[in-house]
Amino acid sequence: MRAVAHRPTPPPAWQPRTDPAPLLPDAEPHRLLGTDAMAGADPELLLSLYDRLVLGRRFNTQATALTKQGRLAVYPSSTGQEACQVAAALALERRDWLFPSYRDTLAAVTRGMDPVRVLTLLRGDWHTGYDPYEHRVAPLSTPLATQLPHAVGLAHAARLKGDDVVALALVGDGGTSEGDFHEALNFAAVWRAPVVFLVQNNGFAISVPLAKQTAAPSLAHKAVGYGMPGRLVDGNDAPAVHQVVSEALARARSGGGPTLIEAVTYRIEAHTNADDATRYREEPEVELWRRHDPILLLERELTGRGLLDEDRRRSAADAAEAMAAELRERMNADPVLDPMDLFAHVYAEKTGQLREQSELLRAELTAEGETR
Amino acid sequence: MTPATTEARAAAKPATMAQALKRAMRDAMAEDPSVHVLGEDVGTLGGVFRITDGLAAEFGDDRCTDTPLAEAGILGAAVGMAMYGLRPVVEMQFDAFAYPAFEQLISHVARMRNRTRGRMPLPITVRVPYGGGIGGVEHHSDSSEAYYMATPGLQVVTPATVEDAYGLLRAAIAADDPVVFLEPKRLYWSKSSWSPTAPAKVPPLGRAVVRRPGTGATLITYGPSLPVCLEAAEAAAAEGWDLEVVDLRSLVPFDDETVCASVRRTGRAVVVHESTGFGGPGGEIAARVTERCFHHLEAPVLRVAGFDIPYPPPMLERHHLPGVDRVLDAVARLQWEAES
Repeated sequence: MRAVAHRPTPPPAWQPRTDPAPLLPDAEPHRLLGTDAMAGADPELLLSLYDRLVLGRRFNTQATALTKQGRLAVYPSSTGQEACQVAAALALERRDWLFPSYRDTLAAVTRGMDPVRVLTLLRGDWHTGYDPYEHRVAPLSTPLATQLPHAVGLAHAARLKGDDVVALALVGDGGTSEGDFHEALNFAAVWRAPVVFLVQNNGFAISVPLAKQTAAPSLAHKAVGYGMPGRLVDGNDAPAVHQVVSEALARARSGGGPTLIEAVTYRIEAHTNADDATRYREEPEVELWRRHDPILLLERELTGRGLLDEDRRRSAADAAEAMAAELRERMNADPVLDPMDLFAHVYAEKTGQLREQSELLRAELTAEGETR
Repeated sequence: MTPATTEARAAAKPATMAQALKRAMRDAMAEDPSVHVLGEDVGTLGGVFRITDGLAAEFGDDRCTDTPLAEAGILGAAVGMAMYGLRPVVEMQFDAFAYPAFEQLISHVARMRNRTRGRMPLPITVRVPYGGGIGGVEHHSDSSEAYYMATPGLQVVTPATVEDAYGLLRAAIAADDPVVFLEPKRLYWSKSSWSPTAPAKVPPLGRAVVRRPGTGATLITYGPSLPVCLEAAEAAAAEGWDLEVVDLRSLVPFDDETVCASVRRTGRAVVVHESTGFGGPGGEIAARVTERCFHHLEAPVLRVAGFDIPYPPPMLERHHLPGVDRVLDAVARLQWEAES
């Protein structure tokens, strides 16, 4: 068609690229516990969630105790958030990948990893103590939200290779303010990468409450801007988290692209053992959340349905106690350190500079040995 | 025209550094299906410098991908792709546009192998056009090599010749460590008789090379400053100075051996680069040479570098960039009187 110079054609009428309505999260967080929908729930799954929550809580208290004994340099507790981490990790297939942040040790343990290896970073005898390929768990990421683009890239690569693999990336409410959160969600949506983003909104980024973090109606609403669905779920309702994450994984698996899930929960403990939460929040608020505890909620439901009796409760507690005892014992042994490891993995092959420096350290170690 | 005669014509024509870089990526992609190119405008457009021209057409959008405009996202995604066994080649559009990717580079790309005790190496090549001399407006001419050099875990490589552009990029892509591959953009259109059909020689990373043998003093340089040094050496010959020119090619790992062997022979050294002098690569190089060759030195190791200023606007950049005269002035200050 020939353009008419003196009569510019109008631009095409503006059209939204995507209908935002189906992407919007529900007004209320999704809940299953205490609703009629529980009638159809799989009792085996519920009991498995219960056992894992009890184990997870004990893991948190034991790890916190280990900081007091000097066996862990630091521990960011996920007490109160166990349902998010346990239910999300249980929704994954073995072939899927998990991208945790530093507070997500419990999700990694739920994947079947050795707790001592997961805690290596926080013990301080190395950075990542496990082989990420063994259980398909990326290293615990400390710089906030920086692991999210990794999850997108891995999921994208898996899709290019034709593999049935989904990546589940965990991030906190504070992390949603980081640029990498934005870039990762945007890339994921544009590439339709099989990735699920799970935000554990625990109310605080160390001391800063969500109100100072975002003006969005909810964190799940952010999904709409990227053209992916946002889901809001009660993060203390383990069956609900399991359901919402499972649906998002299935959607990603079938080529439907990414989903952003906001799990509303609460960080019962301080940020870490080095933090003092009384400086920025009141005890009555914490008390309210204690009454909405994920284990308490599930226990009430299971007892009401006759799925949980005293024996079953005791066996879960005993298993958790045994795990804690073993963890205590193993963590009380001094880790074996080899200072020469400092140079071993910087490059595939040591550079000349590193060879010189490793010889210097070796000489120092030899001299130390002689003087002892 | 048959492919053979096309190739013959290509061989007869001098090749540019831009063509050599493109050829290196093309050959790497043809040989290894895990090599993926990604970045801004690298697909349909072929990159703003046309270095990826034709790759998307030949290998498809999944192998040469136009990404959203977000450098941290590009490099972060490349990390995930490398975790899954791919070999990403990332293009950062300009030196100063690579800065948003710094956190990914410093906190993850450089550390992942070490963090995981070698279990999760990241064979990523990050291509960065760098340096000035092309009349670029602000943010298009930075020499950012010192930032990368200061980060353990990264290899930092920069070609200065057309041949090296091909060979070093092939070596970088094949390397199991992350490589920041700095491309001197004002040499993109430099030519040589190098032929892409000649059997490709892939030089090992981390080896410097003597570009001009000499006996009087050593000019230690790399990337965009190599042609300056070679020209200075020619001019110096007229004044009776026989200069040796060493092209580092790799800033990390640093080839102490080649550099020090040269300085021990000549007894004098000048480091030449565009990057700022204060905190720049020249300080490290001068220190290394002094520590290792002190008793062979007839004069202090001198630096000819860019001024310690933010990169100047294009109409003033010629005053900033180290040129032949500034190099010769430094050579003149190498205490020759002691010899006469």
